[in-house]
Amino acid sequence: MTELEARRAETLVPARGATTVWARYRDVLIALIAFAVLASLPLFTGSKALLDFVIRCSAYGLFATSLNLLVGYTGLTSFGHGMFFGLGAYSFGLIMQKLGVPIPIAFVATLAITGVVAAIIGAICVRLKEIYFAFVTLAFQMLIHSTILSWASFTGGDQGLRGGIPRPVFLGVDLSNHVHLYVASCALLILGLLAMRQIAQSPFGYTLRMIRDNAGRASFLGIDVWRAKLTVFVLAALFASMGGMVMALFVSGAYPEFAYWTISGEGIFINMLGGVSTFLGPMVGTVLLLLLNDTVTRFTEYHGIVLGIVILFFALGLRKGLLDFVAEWFAHRREAGEGR
Amino acid sequence: MLEIRNLAKSFGGVKATNDVTFDFPDGSLTAVIGPNGAGKSTFFNLITGALKPDAGQVLLDGVDLAGRSPPEIVRHGIGRAFQVASIFRSLTVEETMLAAVSADQRTSAVLHKRFPLPETRDRAEHVMELLGLAGKRKRTAATLSHGDQKLLDIALALVLEPKVLLLDEPTAGMGPEERWRMIDKVRELWETQKITVVFIEHDMDIVFKIAPKIVVLCYGRILATGTPDEIRNNSAVIDAYLGTEHAGAAA
Repeated sequence: MTELEARRAETLVPARGATTVWARYRDVLIALIAFAVLASLPLFTGSKALLDFVIRCSAYGLFATSLNLLVGYTGLTSFGHGMFFGLGAYSFGLIMQKLGVPIPIAFVATLAITGVVAAIIGAICVRLKEIYFAFVTLAFQMLIHSTILSWASFTGGDQGLRGGIPRPVFLGVDLSNHVHLYVASCALLILGLLAMRQIAQSPFGYTLRMIRDNAGRASFLGIDVWRAKLTVFVLAALFASMGGMVMALFVSGAYPEFAYWTISGEGIFINMLGGVSTFLGPMVGTVLLLLLNDTVTRFTEYHGIVLGIVILFFALGLRKGLLDFVAEWFAHRREAGEGR
Repeated sequence: MLEIRNLAKSFGGVKATNDVTFDFPDGSLTAVIGPNGAGKSTFFNLITGALKPDAGQVLLDGVDLAGRSPPEIVRHGIGRAFQVASIFRSLTVEETMLAAVSADQRTSAVLHKRFPLPETRDRAEHVMELLGLAGKRKRTAATLSHGDQKLLDIALALVLEPKVLLLDEPTAGMGPEERWRMIDKVRELWETQKITVVFIEHDMDIVFKIAPKIVVLCYGRILATGTPDEIRNNSAVIDAYLGTEHAGAAA
């Protein structure tokens, strides 16, 4: 059988449809294993610092991976994605402080608020191209940040939401208990990643890739580019908002820095570190950045300089993220294997 | 039937398309020729919605599509391929086809299922076979040869099962042999798919050999229409475009 015939035979086998089903089960399986490993961590270690580290990774990981849906999959480089991280933290904190509703209700309400705000901001931004999109998203970020600062009676201004966020027990989950909070953060991270993975591998995910590669051509295939961009803008905002909520629960408050442009900058930084060509690149980047941050700040107060040098190394020296390298290395190996 | 009625478009003072009226009957194969800057690509851009006409109508089976958006016009059945192959560089040939079928079946916004959807397979497979791309299905589009990229571009238009297929210089940038292979492919597609095909071409040998009907554009106007023989012997066309080289060559 020639190579061509072999390939044809491979596609004609009905099992082909089953591979996509298997791919989905495989993702769920990986997620379950990852969750089991993370959730059992407290059984083996009493280190509060380690658990705290994972919680922070959850918050930033959700945020950075959602940013990659825009940057890596759709080619929309948002410089203001952090506004939804801040919005999530503040909405959740305010709802819990002012209304005292159960946590799941505040969670859903926060997602709803984020969705509406993202739809309005997105409707304005996604019409714009490249640098204009980047800067207008940045402008909206600053708008939200200054609103938080100046509306001090409601948001606490530059002091942030003080007095702690009440965390009533729901369904036997007590988020004021450190281990409970830890497991809940892990669960949100894994569920969020799984949902984003599904988005990336759905027909819509491929529509996003087409828009990234050649938006003009996509519209000549009958795709409403504006609508697809707006949809992914809102979806990404929801996951960023989830990250913000995890952060708010972790620090039991919300601070203006959560909505400052530097959060967006860190998101971009994380994506550059980990790489945008793979789904888990931003997650790897998150771990790298937080590790780097924690170790460097221990040795010097000029951690900005060290981080700056690292980002220059990745941006100018490597021109790609860590996981991009790994993926390419595997691709090369596979090609070499086929060539044999 | 695709009917163009008094179509007009100006850029500043330049009339790129000037009161063009022409009918493309169902199942016809028509070549559009003309000197550089004659408004051939503008003509295509107006029909497909890339540009909005200043005036006139683009009627497909009686429905006026003039001034509508590209996605709407595509959905009504006018597909196009581009002068410079317009493809999705990071997708494989197979993914490109499957995603295009998804777009046509209006499942390109589906979130809860995995790509590709089973119902997109047959059509994608069929068109890959038709254009000889099936053996290269796993290749990333950016790594294809120039000729294959042009074929992929045409495949993208064809997989939507259009009523009318507009090909903007299918042989652009190809060597002499490759040109003939490509144009034979175009002719074969026209014959087997029973669709209306309109193509822009610069190579007169190709045009006179395969196009039953020719439209000559010059300065945005239709200079002449007719069969290859009629065009070859049309004095206005010879003066404006052909020169004497092709004149009388039919004899």
